[in-house]
Amino acid sequence: MSKKSPSEKAAKRKAGVSEVPEDRLLQMYHYAYATRQFELKCMDLYRQGFIRGYLHPYLGEEAIAAGACTAIRPDDYIVSTHRGHGHCISKGGDLKGMVAEIMGRATGYCKGRGGSMHIFSKDTNNLGANGIVGAGIPIATGAAMGIKVKRGDQVVIVFFSDGAANNGVFGESLNFAAAFNLPVIFMLENNHYAVSTPVECSFGNCDLACKGTAYGVPGICIDGNDAVEVYMATSRAADRARNGEGPTLIEAKTYRHGGHHVNDPGLYMDQAVLAQWKARDPLDILRKKIASPKKVKTIEERVDRELEEAIEFARNSPQPSVDEFLAGIPNY
Amino acid sequence: MSEMMYREALNRALFEEMRREPTVFIMGENIGQRGGSYKVTEGLIKEFGPERVLDTPLAEATFTGAAVGAALAGTRPIVEILFVDFTTLPMDQIVNQAAKYAFMSGGQGRVPMVLRTQGGAGNGLAAQHSQSLEALFYHIPGLKVVMPSSPYDAYGLMVSAIRDDDPTIFIEHKLLYMTKGEVPQEPFVVPLGKADIKKEGTDVTLITYSYMTLKCLEAAALLEKEGISVEVLDLRTLKPLDEEAILQSARKTGKVIVVHEACKRGGIGGDIAAMIMEEAYDDLDGPVLRVCGKDTPIPYNLELEKVCIPNVEDIVEAVLKIT
Repeated sequence: MSKKSPSEKAAKRKAGVSEVPEDRLLQMYHYAYATRQFELKCMDLYRQGFIRGYLHPYLGEEAIAAGACTAIRPDDYIVSTHRGHGHCISKGGDLKGMVAEIMGRATGYCKGRGGSMHIFSKDTNNLGANGIVGAGIPIATGAAMGIKVKRGDQVVIVFFSDGAANNGVFGESLNFAAAFNLPVIFMLENNHYAVSTPVECSFGNCDLACKGTAYGVPGICIDGNDAVEVYMATSRAADRARNGEGPTLIEAKTYRHGGHHVNDPGLYMDQAVLAQWKARDPLDILRKKIASPKKVKTIEERVDRELEEAIEFARNSPQPSVDEFLAGIPNY
Repeated sequence: MSEMMYREALNRALFEEMRREPTVFIMGENIGQRGGSYKVTEGLIKEFGPERVLDTPLAEATFTGAAVGAALAGTRPIVEILFVDFTTLPMDQIVNQAAKYAFMSGGQGRVPMVLRTQGGAGNGLAAQHSQSLEALFYHIPGLKVVMPSSPYDAYGLMVSAIRDDDPTIFIEHKLLYMTKGEVPQEPFVVPLGKADIKKEGTDVTLITYSYMTLKCLEAAALLEKEGISVEVLDLRTLKPLDEEAILQSARKTGKVIVVHEACKRGGIGGDIAAMIMEEAYDDLDGPVLRVCGKDTPIPYNLELEKVCIPNVEDIVEAVLKIT
């Protein structure tokens, strides 16, 4: 935990709600709520035996993906993580393709070959989740370089965790992006745990935003549970990137609402701190900023319906054909 | 036809492909202003500018990963890793990312990148700058592995590798850069996955690639004087492996020796030998032999270095043993 509690920080924050148009607020809420429900449903499906392998819920962190992805354009890119459902949904990913992929079905985004940790959606320029912590950071940096080579004006957001920030490619990529002035936003989701190891035990300096400075990348620290704050910070960073002013590091402080994955009860987490963070639920914070409860309800009903349909679709979808799979293996 | 050096042939392929396709770009250490340690990228920066010819920081994992990302974003990146020994630094990006993306994404995300590097002993560069590590990549589904031996092949295979939609590990050899050969002036390609009979023969087949092709040809010339007709099959591409060409030659001569510089244990020779025995056992006159590097790090001292790598005498001796 940082010395400053997120609520104190939020109180100090002056960013006015009125700066964000209502349609953006509603869109963010749509994504955040969809992510919350998606994770809860997937955990149920996991426990019922419909999902195998690893499932890393994004519960408690929804505001980061919702705020960040709402602040960029559909043709901008994102690079995601093993805890990536929220990123995929917030970039506009198709719930049917997602549930089907997590259930390993032929109709999934990756034809059942990737699963939860590898969802990739070309249709929304989501360059994929990744099973290797930190590996997406140089990939995103390179996507930004690709944009430059093609003389495009898109930006790239790469989501990664505090755990990934201890991997060598984090520092290398910050330097690389600064050296080549690349349009990439490093979105460090500080959820305070690398699996079970707390930030205080794995960093000599727990101020993670400041790690950009040494590389020439401006770093800011924000409340990751406040989607509006994430949206504002990302908008500014995206403007900078689009104007050729280079990369930004954003440390968004947040907290997992549970263990590392669906089967991890997270007993190592300090329950009092967890309760404190849960009291600042990102969905509640965002909901309070929306004037019309009716519109919130409409969104929730729509998402609930779409999610039910997606689960139904996935459950009725065929398993991938083994013959087709084997026939597709090249004889190298 | 014109005669050019191996490094010049590679350089020409890079120029032509970068002119043809604006999304082709290249990055690596000291490849721009300096033109690369072996001059393969010489002059590129002058024509294509620093936006397409990038001198990168010394961060192999990141610039290899950047190539993966740039490829996913619709470009055709080429990265140069100065020595194959240094490919151990970006191994995650090669093995877990580049090789896997197309598969994991169900075909949505292709990675048309070329990783150029060079390996091999012979220059007194000792244990960390002289290795032959192709078997590491050969073992990874999703990668293509190319190891040309001549200027002609270097040019034609580089063009194919750049145009291919999958990641290719393109391993040059430090002793080949200054070797010369005929290369047609008109553009052409050498398809990936096609071996080449560098010398026809009827008594015994030497299966080889990269620098050892030259040693095999020398050995074949010596043996020819003894009345032994040696066929030299240069694989050119290790993956895809040209099984058909291998089996055809094995069936023709009935005697096969695989020759490579990389150490024998876990080397490609073992895999090729096993494949031949599985597919063409009845056509063989005896077991497939291997003439390979010794199972040791490469020493600095010249005489010590020499004994680690197969030489012409080793190849001749192996042939005489079975003919």
